[in-house]
Amino acid sequence: MTMIVVDRVTKEYQIGEKTAAYGTLRDAGTRMMRRAFHRLRSPRPGGRQLFQALNEVSFEVRAGETVGVIGRNGAGKSTLLKLLGRITQPTRGSIDLYGRVGCLLEVGTGFHSELSGRENVYLSGAILGMRRADIQRQFDAIVAFAEVERFIDTPVKFYSSGMYMRLAFAVAAHLHPEILLIDEVLAVGDANFQRRCLGKIEEFRSIGRTVLFVSHNMASVVRLCPRVILLEGGRLVADGPADQVTRRYLQSDTGSPAERVWTGPTNAPGNTVARLHAVRVRDEHGHIAPTVDIRRPFQVEVEYWALEPRARATVSLHLINEDGVCLLVTNDFNNRVWWETHREAGLVRTVLEVPGNFMAEGQVSVLAAVCSYNPDIVHVYERDVVSFQIVDRSEGDGVRGEYGGTWPGVVRPMLEWRVEQPSVESRRAAGNPALKS
Amino acid sequence: MRRDRLAHVSAATAATAPLGARSVHIAIRPTPPRLLDELQEVWDHRELFYFLALRDVQVRYKQTVLGVAWAVLQPLLAVIVSSLIFGRLAHMPSDGIPYPLFFYAGNLPWMLIASGVGASAASLVGSPNLITRVYFPRMIIPGAAVLSGLVDFFIAAVGLVFLMVRYRVSPSWHLLLVAPVLGLILLLTCAVGGWLAAINVKYRDVRYVVPFFMQLWFFVTPVIYPASLVPPQWRVLLALNPMAGLIDAFRAACFGRPFDSVTFVISTAVTFALLALAVRTFRSIEQTFADFI
Repeated sequence: MTMIVVDRVTKEYQIGEKTAAYGTLRDAGTRMMRRAFHRLRSPRPGGRQLFQALNEVSFEVRAGETVGVIGRNGAGKSTLLKLLGRITQPTRGSIDLYGRVGCLLEVGTGFHSELSGRENVYLSGAILGMRRADIQRQFDAIVAFAEVERFIDTPVKFYSSGMYMRLAFAVAAHLHPEILLIDEVLAVGDANFQRRCLGKIEEFRSIGRTVLFVSHNMASVVRLCPRVILLEGGRLVADGPADQVTRRYLQSDTGSPAERVWTGPTNAPGNTVARLHAVRVRDEHGHIAPTVDIRRPFQVEVEYWALEPRARATVSLHLINEDGVCLLVTNDFNNRVWWETHREAGLVRTVLEVPGNFMAEGQVSVLAAVCSYNPDIVHVYERDVVSFQIVDRSEGDGVRGEYGGTWPGVVRPMLEWRVEQPSVESRRAAGNPALKS
Repeated sequence: MRRDRLAHVSAATAATAPLGARSVHIAIRPTPPRLLDELQEVWDHRELFYFLALRDVQVRYKQTVLGVAWAVLQPLLAVIVSSLIFGRLAHMPSDGIPYPLFFYAGNLPWMLIASGVGASAASLVGSPNLITRVYFPRMIIPGAAVLSGLVDFFIAAVGLVFLMVRYRVSPSWHLLLVAPVLGLILLLTCAVGGWLAAINVKYRDVRYVVPFFMQLWFFVTPVIYPASLVPPQWRVLLALNPMAGLIDAFRAACFGRPFDSVTFVISTAVTFALLALAVRTFRSIEQTFADFI
């Protein structure tokens, strides 16, 4: 039985003309003026272009299937989920869903920080489409799944981010829809929680529910989804068995650029505290670098607008390799001077220095986040903002020396080796004439 | 919701339905759904009105020193100041009703509409995390914002009862008419607030226009002055302001007086016309909310 029919769906967005000069405006006041101007101007038609987020996408999903949707940033994955979740309408084409839909575009939908866990369970449940009676019946199960029994009457603003996430997912997991749409839910939370989420999805699958799963995490896509759809630039370019499609995705060289600049605060990722302006990978000479020599140092530079200095935002970078393994996470609060600096609103540039002879060769994707701590709030969380290739062109002076074959490992540091030869040393000490020269 | 209802219906008829019959069908098209379907969906999501309004009320007075006392203080201060200025100093006529009571009975419904329009006009742009993440009929958001104002209204209504006892005005059977008049006021609030909320998504200027607009509206509404102060030939024009007829009717219901039925009928008609206009505008841009917020 077919559960989802997507028939030649196109979604167009109108985008304003690009203002190249925008990026160079540093003065906050001028920026505000421009923003106000932008806003007034943007509803006016004319001088605008159409951007096709999805272009003639068609596919069908049968009951009991679990389908993964993968693609680079901007390939149209989120747009597809938004269309299926009825959050926005297609420009052309049609979608037919044959079953109750549960949509998890982001955990914590409708949560309000001032309300208690209990109040939020009811509110969020109602927003997601549950009846009060349903929620009442399942309340204990939800709270038990989230493991927040003791804090259920505490406002969620006092929750740890893990507790918050668990409670939010627990509500959504008890929706019992026939079609479940999931986006990036598993990107957050600790390993234990991620396992439980995956377990819940597995459970949905095993009872014959249909799951559409959008993720950057290749490992979980391959594990959960026998079938994978690959989107590229709004087009469906591959639809088939998971291993084939993911291999194609990982091999395709249409990754993110080494530099990404958002021209205005309206389209930049972020919130009222911080918005990204630019992320760049630079080589040691300061040039934008899509490829980096494995022996040389490089920089990852993040520029963001600090809009609310009291929040004391910090930048966190995750470097992720092509297998989806997070190589490292680092945060600019490691710079204690900056951490203690009095903050002011305006553009902030923060630069991560990565030494040469440190990471292994291969494609590296950067996840940029801007967060505040205590309370922990994530203002920006952008996957795959930029990516670059670390290449090993060493001629005997690198970690691999003269060896030309495969060199495994996610890091490739030039480490100190202390080498001894005790038998020779002892003979030398004994005054062996053969070693004296 | 419709999906549940259909699922329920088909479960009930499952015995007679052919094998493999589909219980739920959601059709997503570039064109908006039919009005009736959408209203049905609003009805199916009616519990959400309650939950969203409850959230607004629960959150409203958190982190305020005086808390719910604000709902009492605001009308109290308003009645004291206006009784002194308009009642004592300006000797404003008040149809033979003590001025504080006259003002309070007009200001009470006015505050309902003023706060309701303000809250619902800002409601859509204030809930991006709902609009961009989950589907439900969007009309519920401004609707719930209007409903949450009812709590303040009922708290402030205690003041009206107190003043009526104080001035020995005994209610008559007319008091029963308060309910339908209140219903019309809520409809009018939903119409104006919902219309502004939808426009606000596209043109954020609305936020600057609303306070100014509400102030002008206040002056052309008989709150501080009686409708009888307006010369008879201008009454019809006054009635085109739907709030004029509704506040007049509200006062008449409270004090058991006859009210101008022509004015009331015109105001009611204008209310429904505005509601139709609001629903039309709302539906025409509703589908693009998520793209603009």
